[in-house]
Amino acid sequence: MSAMTHLQFLESEAIYILRETAAQFQKPALLFSGGKDSIVMAWLARKAFYPSKLPFPLLHVDTGHNFPEAMTYRDWFVNEIGAKLTVGSVQKSIDDGKVQEEKGHNASRNKLQTVTLLDTIEENQYDACLGGGRRDEEKARAKERFFSHRDEFGQWDPKNQRPELWNIFNGRKHFGEHFRVFPLSNWTEMDIWQYIRQENIPLPSLYFSHQRKIIERHGQLLDASTGIIPLLDEEIPKVKEMTIRFRTVGDATCTGAVESTASTIDDIVAEVAAARQTERGTRADDKRSETAMEDRKKEGYF
Amino acid sequence: MDVLVNPTESSLLRFTTAGSVDDGKSTLIGRLLYDSKSIFEDQLLAVEESSKRRGDAHVNLALLTDGLRAEREQGITIDVAYRYFATPKRKFIIADTPGHIQYTRNMVTGASTADLAIILIDARLGVIEQTMRHTYLASLLRIGHVVLAVNKMDLVNFDQAVYDRIVSEYMAFTAGLEYVPQIRPIPISALNGDNVVDHSTQTPWYEGPSLLEYLETVQVKPESVTGAARFPVQWVIRPISDQTDAKLGNLHDYRGFAGRVAGGTFRPGDEVVVHPSAMKSRIVGIHTFSGEEKEAISQLSYSMTLADEIDTSRGGMIVKAEEPIQSAHEFDAMICWFADKKTLKPRGKFHLRHTTNDVRAVVTEVLYKVNISTLEKSQDVLEFGLNDIGCIRIRTSAPIFFDAYSENRITGSFVLVDEQTNNTVAAGMILKPIADAFEEDAEVSI
Ligand SMILES: Nc1nc2c(ncn2[C@@H]2O[C@H](COP(=O)(O)OP(=O)(O)OP(=O)(O)O)[C@@H](O)[C@H]2O)c(=O)[nH]1
Ligand SMILES: [Mg+2]
Repeated sequence: MSAMTHLQFLESEAIYILRETAAQFQKPALLFSGGKDSIVMAWLARKAFYPSKLPFPLLHVDTGHNFPEAMTYRDWFVNEIGAKLTVGSVQKSIDDGKVQEEKGHNASRNKLQTVTLLDTIEENQYDACLGGGRRDEEKARAKERFFSHRDEFGQWDPKNQRPELWNIFNGRKHFGEHFRVFPLSNWTEMDIWQYIRQENIPLPSLYFSHQRKIIERHGQLLDASTGIIPLLDEEIPKVKEMTIRFRTVGDATCTGAVESTASTIDDIVAEVAAARQTERGTRADDKRSETAMEDRKKEGYF
Repeated sequence: MDVLVNPTESSLLRFTTAGSVDDGKSTLIGRLLYDSKSIFEDQLLAVEESSKRRGDAHVNLALLTDGLRAEREQGITIDVAYRYFATPKRKFIIADTPGHIQYTRNMVTGASTADLAIILIDARLGVIEQTMRHTYLASLLRIGHVVLAVNKMDLVNFDQAVYDRIVSEYMAFTAGLEYVPQIRPIPISALNGDNVVDHSTQTPWYEGPSLLEYLETVQVKPESVTGAARFPVQWVIRPISDQTDAKLGNLHDYRGFAGRVAGGTFRPGDEVVVHPSAMKSRIVGIHTFSGEEKEAISQLSYSMTLADEIDTSRGGMIVKAEEPIQSAHEFDAMICWFADKKTLKPRGKFHLRHTTNDVRAVVTEVLYKVNISTLEKSQDVLEFGLNDIGCIRIRTSAPIFFDAYSENRITGSFVLVDEQTNNTVAAGMILKPIADAFEEDAEVSI
């Protein structure tokens, strides 16, 4: 009898969840940010329905603050796996007066994404959104179910989640409610990287070591080369050319870089194994308060 | 910082914590992660800062898993937290569950997928009702291995007599269970780390392994691997395309039954029976994205093609012809009731979810309730309230295809969903179809 490896187990579990989602909902969508987790999730979706095409579109909630490399990659990847892409635009939510842009030089559109996400869900009548969230990322995420119920306001009620037993997933809901589904719940950052290596999945170049103009702000290394993050006058002389890579790729205003010379997947696996900080340690959005993630998730964040 | 395990060799152990409120479950998980160096600096810093803010006397390691605002405010666990760690020997998925009786449903959620349960006891309190409830649930869920962690040994001067008394009391209780797991007692202090990762000098009288040593080496065998071959149909893959696929050829007639093997092994050429029609056919191909497979093994996901045009879809079941499955619409099951605002009574109607099937169901009879402390079956009150456990008879609107839960945790389990709220209100474990259920009935003492 062949033994099963932990990556096989995780892959099979994720494929099972992806198929459950397609089967239990009328109109699901897969949230695709161009980050490694959503790339792995979309990769697994291709496997789950092969030789058919994906039975749901990819949905990108676009903050307008994207690294150009991430956008190039997104369009290439969508074409490569033969998927359809829907884009929800934060800029449009701002232009329509639905949200107010944060002020100040620490302004981020990360929080605004929630409004755009919920609007896009409602406009398209998506009843389930597949997210690449992992329980090892953050202490509130560690509490979330695979099938996570959202009320008609898109809110999560962490104190009152449905029991989720064995591998039976209950996607029943009332009209107007929806679900967030997390096929990668049980994956760790290391599992993601080992899987990317095993499957030879191409990634945006941002994940690999490169030279970049960087400004250090509150201990975070932020991009100073694209102009997405406005610099204060006194910061301009402090911009440095550094050898960095990104451990997570999201909205450019809150994604910090790490100094790194890791230029191959093997290098990255070794670096992740030795890391003393969580990957979200580079995310400004989590540092706003002790329960920042829980608070955002209650409102309907990813 | 994750230990570099060899992805082609590492084995996975899923375990859960259980025991009464404040017995130290979350502290133990925090300690295990901390002493095995599985905590990141920023996580530890955050926990140190919160502990200081709260005025705790020491770094409160329970804050590593008690991540919700309400949990941190009250110092209790409300919902399961999943944590992950690895040593060079093994990868672990931990479910840290709440001890409070009100949140039993969350304990069952964490325990339903575990191979092993660590049941904690506060050495000062010994075996209490919640210890028995969680032990009973672990046994009902057929968790094959239990670590009896006698905790807070620091508060009883690491007294061997206290430990021995608790262990024998626990063993006496478990001897009365229908299914007795393998039990490994260990004296620990989660707070100080005694016998958690390293052997303690405080317990020279204890010669067994530390908790981590035991977790790294215990052999668990998922029974479904060796059991009868089961494949619940999850989704039918029909490309509706005239394209030619490099691996599968022309796709025009491709019809693959997609699912995850729920027991045993299938191979191309196997004679199978396909439910609901119970028609016989033969497996032609077993596919994944990587191509044609020689076999389909338990727990992995595949797509299968059959030799005949057979009508089955989601909710259907493919089994080996020589290993038939039960097909019935009336059966007896043990259930655990989760709803606080509603009770379960005869004539109650639900949606029943079993494998990939969703049917309507009615409770035709409440057979008995179990008294957790005495393990006695009682028929005094035939109504289930929050956290009650017992046996009911159910009829479904269409037959379902199942094994007894004791044979297969996947094809033997179901949940009941409330028709108004859509909440999952009960966990069910099938005993047997109604045909021979009457014998069981006769055994019940009234
Ligand atoms: N002295 C001593 N105190 C302990 C030990 N283990 C845990 N505690 C304390 O017991 C209290 C409860 O610990 P928790 O870990 O939160 O208990 P729990 O079992 O997770 O509780 P629930 O999840 O709410 O059921 C805390 O104040 C811990 O510091 C121990 O070994 N010795
Ligand atoms: Mg706890």
